[in-house]
Amino acid sequence: MNTLVLTVVTLGVLGILLAIILYFVAQRFKVEEDPRIDEVEKMLPGANCGGCGFAGCRAMSEALVKRDDISALYCPVAGADVMGSVASYLGKAAPEKQPLVATMRCGGSCQKRPKVNHYDGALSCAVVNTFYVGESGCAFGCIGYGDCVHACKFGALELNPETGLVEVDPDKCTACGACVKACPKGLFELRKKWPKNRAVYVACRSKNRGSVVTKVCKAGCIGCGKCVKVCPFGAITVDNFLAYIDPDKCKLCRKCVNECPTGAIHLENMEPLPKEPKTPAAPKATPNVEKSEATNNQ
Amino acid sequence: MRTFPIGGIHPSDNKKWSKDQSIEVLDLPDEVKIPMIQHIGAPSTPLVKKGDKVLTGQVIGQSAGYVSANIHATVSGTVTAVDAYPNGQGQRRLMVVIKREGDEWMPEIDRTPELKRECNLAPEEIVAKVRQAGIVGLGGAQFPTHVKLSIPEGMTAEVLIINGVECEPYLTSDYRNMLERAEMLLVGVEVLMRAVGVKRAVIGVENNKPDAVEHLREVIKRDNYAGIEVMPLQLRYPQGGEKQLIAAVTGRQVPPPPALPISVGAVVCNVSTAIAVYEAVQKNKPLIERVVTITGKELKSTHNFMVRFGTSAESVLALAGGLPDGDVKLLNGGPMMGRAVVDVTAPFIKGCSGITVLSGSEAPRGKELACIKCAKCVAACPMGLEPYLLSRLAKLQRWDDSEEHYNAECIECGCCSYSCPSNLPLLDYIRIGKQMVMSNIRARAAANNKK
Repeated sequence: MNTLVLTVVTLGVLGILLAIILYFVAQRFKVEEDPRIDEVEKMLPGANCGGCGFAGCRAMSEALVKRDDISALYCPVAGADVMGSVASYLGKAAPEKQPLVATMRCGGSCQKRPKVNHYDGALSCAVVNTFYVGESGCAFGCIGYGDCVHACKFGALELNPETGLVEVDPDKCTACGACVKACPKGLFELRKKWPKNRAVYVACRSKNRGSVVTKVCKAGCIGCGKCVKVCPFGAITVDNFLAYIDPDKCKLCRKCVNECPTGAIHLENMEPLPKEPKTPAAPKATPNVEKSEATNNQ
Repeated sequence: MRTFPIGGIHPSDNKKWSKDQSIEVLDLPDEVKIPMIQHIGAPSTPLVKKGDKVLTGQVIGQSAGYVSANIHATVSGTVTAVDAYPNGQGQRRLMVVIKREGDEWMPEIDRTPELKRECNLAPEEIVAKVRQAGIVGLGGAQFPTHVKLSIPEGMTAEVLIINGVECEPYLTSDYRNMLERAEMLLVGVEVLMRAVGVKRAVIGVENNKPDAVEHLREVIKRDNYAGIEVMPLQLRYPQGGEKQLIAAVTGRQVPPPPALPISVGAVVCNVSTAIAVYEAVQKNKPLIERVVTITGKELKSTHNFMVRFGTSAESVLALAGGLPDGDVKLLNGGPMMGRAVVDVTAPFIKGCSGITVLSGSEAPRGKELACIKCAKCVAACPMGLEPYLLSRLAKLQRWDDSEEHYNAECIECGCCSYSCPSNLPLLDYIRIGKQMVMSNIRARAAANNKK
């Protein structure tokens, strides 16, 4: 019994002594930290995704508080509203950045881009990419094992089993850029986010000649350049047999969508322009409708 | 009997399917597609354009830099296109297409069958001829041979090791070369000894090829080749790896990079490469053909063909009775290190020592289970690495840690994946790690050079 009492008393006294020492040491060596850092960190989303370029939200808040000019700092997850309130709290000019959204630029679904071989190795796009071009004949298209889906921390990407392609939910996407890094084929691009998630973009990355593209995929860009001619804003360029719509110049006029012979230019959450009678009917409307319906359903 | 000290596995060698087929010279193809990259290093620059007439053995691709190799026309005829075509992996690469007309050779090439043993050239002249002939390591790595033969200053070679191990299951092209072209091989070894300035050469052969060992010894004795020794080695994969072979033959371990085999006084060449060196130096014949094995349990017939580079795999497979029905796995090389081929119209290249056809039941991928940390992969790794860890680090994309654990040292032999009881695709991920680590190392070196 004695031993028990002795132990309790010794430990108790020791604990009190150490607590007193610790208190004074903590006072003596206190690290002065700007309390605003904690406040700013509370305002940030706390996703620690790294989309801002910093290691996490804490590092980002430190930078926001310490730097005089915060115009280069932007949290894509929080968006303009939160960044504005952070800036007004700190009394600095708010960083302005137009909202972006990740866009997957491949339209080669299972139906349009049939599989020509069977892969049974590790289920990772990066691994497939070290072996060969992928299960379809196209060396540029979506591999479909979802490295981007695993990389997305916001659940904005989903693999559609019917098309075999990854689809982006623009409402969930925060444009952190994780998918851009994860895709071994470089299919993702952060493009300007229009109201109501409207979008017009070339859903193809194939730099092959048209004759090569059409052999492996019915939805690929063949580099015909029709869209370039019809674009009133000079937003479209064709390089290496691949059209690209500059998101900063594009005004969503949709003229290019009707012109594209393969339906490689995707239109989302918008009605296509009525077809002009002189142009022969092309099967371009189908993929657009398909794609926009799929997006709406999410 | 000697072998390398750590790791290794014993896959069944399956050489029985094709080992008794003597080398058949294939009829000249009507059209060849010759890729401008058939080596490690910079792609060669095409020297011909559409409509040009070329002769067999003419240089059509100029090596671009020191670590690169010349490419020669493998048939005579007219160039019909210089364009991108898919290789075996479906990736489009620049190729020169030649439509064959007759069989006209460059005049300086000696096509007589007599063996020419005497060689009085200086080492530099031999290396220059090897470089001109576009010779690369024919064991599969395709490393330009002239780079290997140029001994860096301050280093001396002590022994030339000729790789006749052919540890890869199924393949028999080196074996047939040793049996049927032993005389050419031995002259090639003499030339190589002269080039690197050594008095001793060892031909390492695994003991599943006793007839090759015996035949080589007989020829050495009969024709008095001084300083060449044939060393039978214990059967163990991957004995044909450069560092493993050096360890097996000399007992010396090559330190981690940047050390090279020459750091321990060894130069290693494959037997097929030695024959190519003989032809280039003694007969002025550039590297335009090689022996390839067409093998597989399900094939109607198996062969060892002498194939001109650029011949399509499809046409050669047709001679073996075509592909069997159902799903097959087609490999450029053997089952351990070979790369799967998805496009049979792709041409044969310098590094292709064979095509192995496996039926679906022969190439099963088991269901992936969790790693149980049994360390079988650690025991199997011939480089003394920790594959389970490297694979995990690559999955987590921790490239700096991968580098610290010597990911770049991996020789991609596949012993880890072979030995894993949980069927984990260890090598698949380690290979990604290796690529990332190598590119990080190169980026750092480039940044340092700029400073």
